[in-house]
Amino acid sequence: MADIALAPRRAKTEIREATAWDKLRHNKNWLGFWFMVPAMAFLIFFLAYPLGLGIWLSFTDARIGRVGHYIGTENYEWLWDDSIFWLSVFNTLLYTSIASAIKFAVGLYLALLLNERMPFKALLRAAVLIPFIVPTVLSALAFWWIFDSQFSIISWSLKHLGLITQNINFLGDSTWARICVIFANIWRGVPFVAITLLAGLQTVQPSLYEAATLDGASRWQMFRFITYPLLTPIIAVVMTFSVLFTFTDFQLIWAMTRGGPVNATHLMATLSYQRAIIAGQLGEGAAISSAMIPFLLAAIMVSWFGLQRRKWQQGESND
Amino acid sequence: MSSVQIRDVRKSFGNFEVLHGVSIPIEDGEFVVLVGPSGCGKSTLLRMLAGLENITSGTISIGDRVVNNVQPKERDIAMVFQNYALYPHMTVADNMGFSLKLRGAKAEEISTGVKRAAEILALTPLLERYPRQLSGGQRQRVAMGRAIVRDPQVFLFDEPLSNLDAKLRVAMRTEIKELHQRLKTTTVYVTHDQIEAMTMADKIVVMHDGIVEQMGSPLELYDTPANQFVAGFIGSPAMNFLKGNVKVNGAAYFEGPNGVKLPLKSAPANSDGKPAVYGVRPEHFTIADDGAEAEIVVVEPTGSETQVFAKLGGEQVVAVFRERHLFNPGDKVRLKPDPGLVHLFDDATGKRLNS
Repeated sequence: MADIALAPRRAKTEIREATAWDKLRHNKNWLGFWFMVPAMAFLIFFLAYPLGLGIWLSFTDARIGRVGHYIGTENYEWLWDDSIFWLSVFNTLLYTSIASAIKFAVGLYLALLLNERMPFKALLRAAVLIPFIVPTVLSALAFWWIFDSQFSIISWSLKHLGLITQNINFLGDSTWARICVIFANIWRGVPFVAITLLAGLQTVQPSLYEAATLDGASRWQMFRFITYPLLTPIIAVVMTFSVLFTFTDFQLIWAMTRGGPVNATHLMATLSYQRAIIAGQLGEGAAISSAMIPFLLAAIMVSWFGLQRRKWQQGESND
Repeated sequence: MSSVQIRDVRKSFGNFEVLHGVSIPIEDGEFVVLVGPSGCGKSTLLRMLAGLENITSGTISIGDRVVNNVQPKERDIAMVFQNYALYPHMTVADNMGFSLKLRGAKAEEISTGVKRAAEILALTPLLERYPRQLSGGQRQRVAMGRAIVRDPQVFLFDEPLSNLDAKLRVAMRTEIKELHQRLKTTTVYVTHDQIEAMTMADKIVVMHDGIVEQMGSPLELYDTPANQFVAGFIGSPAMNFLKGNVKVNGAAYFEGPNGVKLPLKSAPANSDGKPAVYGVRPEHFTIADDGAEAEIVVVEPTGSETQVFAKLGGEQVVAVFRERHLFNPGDKVRLKPDPGLVHLFDDATGKRLNS
């Protein structure tokens, strides 16, 4: 034992000072940064860059095939005096407000209906999703055909019933055209609202309704005092998304009317596409698109401030 | 306050009958506990009483009125749910005043009612909180407050304490009993916990597989269980059961497993050689020289008492002693049941044989 104790000590490996690189390697924030890089790159390349480029283009006189020069707010000044642009703003607001309101009403009604006990419930729930899963262009084409000036099945049916004598010029009359595209948008948008609200309804504990029954609530009072208040957070989210999707709608309009007749159904998105891509005025088109941003921000703000989390949803605290 | 009569009530879900003709008389102001293992139909019966489930056949009356076809809100009952079912978006005060609000009561009437109930339950400082900001016990009290505000004929409790921790459960048990003593409202209370039933009830109704096994006061059920099920369900640790035969050979005795001889005060008539089940509660064992030999398996001291698990005639039994015994596993002791307190059940039907 003593021998071992007396044996010469082996030189220890030298303890070196931690270099800056060592510190960095063991820094959680540095590591965290690298974990964030893929998501950040994705957002920058696919969201921030196109958005920034679009806004930049709106300040240039770029055309297809020609790099633009900075021209300040000239595009916006030009649009300010453009009655077609203002018509498209009006159309977009009309389209969004009417379609969203009806989508909400019909979606909520369907959700309440599908939440009831009834035969073939699963099948009906699946059926509600059909408009949502059909590609937009396909359903737009179908609507185009349904609303065709000569071969419309609606006109044909009404004529056979003896209610009208002439075909209705659905997509050729500005009022009818607006009604038709709004109808098609509602048809397509209702499933999203209905299914999401249904999911929300299912999170309401059944025992709350039982308690309300014993408290003496009628069906309407249960909806008014239990279902609706508990559903508001989900309504806020769904309607924000619904408004954003409707406001920026393009496919449906482009496939059905291309903005016609006489620009009656031109939305800001379709007008922007027409000016930028069809007419080649990239700068002006970009300006129309950029003009949508304040409206969209306003919609988000409304849901953020007006419909944000309620006090009763906040976590447990014993203040 | 009123009496409740449940007469030959049956309940089927499709072709599946869950209640097979249940009759329970409940007197005005009585605290009745429906107790039984899960699936025995006790909650279904309570929900039928509340009007949340239809009655397949039979009648339920509250007071003098048959309520089979009366809407829940017109039955004048209040129910406390297992998960409390508090409205999460309403404050404590709004939760408690909701029924009055729906009834169209004036604001001051609502606030008076809510304040009165809040004082009874010591909820006054919490009236402006939301359910999420309350502890389990506080939520439980709000649920009771919601019931009290309505001043109903009958209180219904559906396993109200099962979401609470053990200590709180004991405290709330006392609180509910005290509340009943104060308000004297007829109460029907459902639980699967026989200790809750024993401690709170004026009358216990033991249910099993959709029938009433026995009803009576807690001590009646404890001292003279009508059958083996009730005997095993009421009491903790549970009663020991030993299979064997009644022997009348001069003096009556019971021949247990492996010929172990157990004392009987007297044998029921014509029972010589009859197969039966011998029941003895753990606290009715004594250690005596003329007891049956048993081998200690485990000793569990709890401080106030000692639980002894032992092999008696090859069967495991549990005995509880107030004294502290320092047994070791493998020790041999002589356990003697108190012959005056043993129970004898029919081997086939489980019915009680001795009086």
